[in-house]
Amino acid sequence: MSLLELSSVSAFYGPAQALFDVNLDVEEGEVVAVMGRNGMGKSTTIKVICRLLKNTSGTVAFAGQDLDRVPAYQAARSGIGLVPEGRRCFPNLTVRENLIAAARPGMWDLPAVFRLFPRLGERLDQRASSLSGGEQQMLAIGRALMTNPRLLILDEATEGLAPVVRQEIWAAISLLKAETGMAILVVDKSLKELGGVADRAVILEKGSSVWAGAFADITPEIATLYLGV
Amino acid sequence: MRRETWVGIILVLGLLAVPLWALAVDEPYTITLATRVVILALAGVGLNVALGLGGLVSLGHAVFFGLGGYAMGILASHAQSYTPLAEWPILIEGSKSMPVIWLVACAVSGLVALAIGALSLRTSGVYFIMITLAFGQMFYFFSISWPAYGGEDGLSIYVRNEFPGLNTLDPIQFFGVCYVILCLALLLVSKLSRSSFGLALVAARQNAERVQAVGIEPYRLRLVAFVISGVITGLAGALFADLNRFVSPSMFTWQTSGEIMIFVILGGVGRVMGPVAGAIMFILLEHFLGGLSEYWHIYLGALLLGVVLFARGGLIGVLAGREVAHD
Repeated sequence: MSLLELSSVSAFYGPAQALFDVNLDVEEGEVVAVMGRNGMGKSTTIKVICRLLKNTSGTVAFAGQDLDRVPAYQAARSGIGLVPEGRRCFPNLTVRENLIAAARPGMWDLPAVFRLFPRLGERLDQRASSLSGGEQQMLAIGRALMTNPRLLILDEATEGLAPVVRQEIWAAISLLKAETGMAILVVDKSLKELGGVADRAVILEKGSSVWAGAFADITPEIATLYLGV
Repeated sequence: MRRETWVGIILVLGLLAVPLWALAVDEPYTITLATRVVILALAGVGLNVALGLGGLVSLGHAVFFGLGGYAMGILASHAQSYTPLAEWPILIEGSKSMPVIWLVACAVSGLVALAIGALSLRTSGVYFIMITLAFGQMFYFFSISWPAYGGEDGLSIYVRNEFPGLNTLDPIQFFGVCYVILCLALLLVSKLSRSSFGLALVAARQNAERVQAVGIEPYRLRLVAFVISGVITGLAGALFADLNRFVSPSMFTWQTSGEIMIFVILGGVGRVMGPVAGAIMFILLEHFLGGLSEYWHIYLGALLLGVVLFARGGLIGVLAGREVAHD
């Protein structure tokens, strides 16, 4: 049984259908990339998984539990940790407060987060809004880890960051995969960096999952056809 | 130590020094005035939990203030007249004991806050304000139409209630009781605001969807905050009624809710010492400007405008700067 399983999921924004029969699954300890061009439904799929948007048909199951009627906070409590697009820390809280507010018991606590991102430890009492974009991203990942998730979802985690900071974030994701065996669902456009961490990929096109398979099986033709690269 | 902590210490010590000075120069009226500041500050501390930490703009906190007052009034009036409050199914006597009255005031305010919060927190924004206001008006009109406890005329209690080991009729001793309660409430709210509960509450105020994504249910969080807020405000109401030895429906009015909110804003919304600073300012304005003109609220309105437009952190913000991360 998969840790996360989306079967024929459809979702709407008001009258506009955004997802059409999306299928996706993530196994324990696996890193799955969700790819696609802009506006193809990647972030909408993440919202449905996190129950921030309800699916109108199909099923979303996590760790054997049907999430269809579950509110967002319960989905998070069941073990889904989200690093949302655009980072979205709590701007008026300090680094420490952002992390403590989300904390739940488990292996991830403040020292563990600071081992992964030492820079956060140096800015403990600084407001999140005064951090650089990269530091805010580290904080967003740290905050999601503080919930001690079984599945970490990273939505465009490196978008808009300087190359050197992107490298730091990717290094942290690799470390998470290697040392914790945590299941990770990562939405990103960078084929090169995803290639270093992802085991499998799902490609979305116009709100539908059109390709799924081992990441290594993404051929240049598939990349050109669906990803425009 | 942070500047805000210093400002807080100075305010708390200053609040203690004034009645001690008044005692030394035999000015009992000033002690009573200081007691009023302390009690109103306590009501503000209560509202500040909901408004400052939770972002809940409640225009119905007079409900809890009034309930605390009536809990005192009803229990004391029955004790005064030696008539039981209820004889069936169990005998319930009145009481002149302050701790008993406080417990009842807190329990009643907490239960009503739970009921009002459970309903009103399903809404937000202007609807939340309107629902809390509507509850306030319901309680106000109910108290007017309840002749058993004075109706529109209110209820007078002829002797101040008792606290073991103290002479509460002595103004400085009653001030001491109220002062200790205020300090305990400030300590509680200070701890609360730094706890994961308080931080989650502030985070939920900033973005409810984001806190849900980290496993926090904003509704329950806000409900707990609303109940804590109601309990503290209810306790302030009981003390206020004891100070005046009188309760009336005016404790339930929306003007009372507004006044509590005004001095929270004047002092600094979300700042632990904000209600204390605001209550001091409010009472000083009322005392000095009220002596000059019956229409002193004009100046209060101008001051409130100034604070809202130019000093969002209130008096504490002006004195201590924006040191608190989640102000």
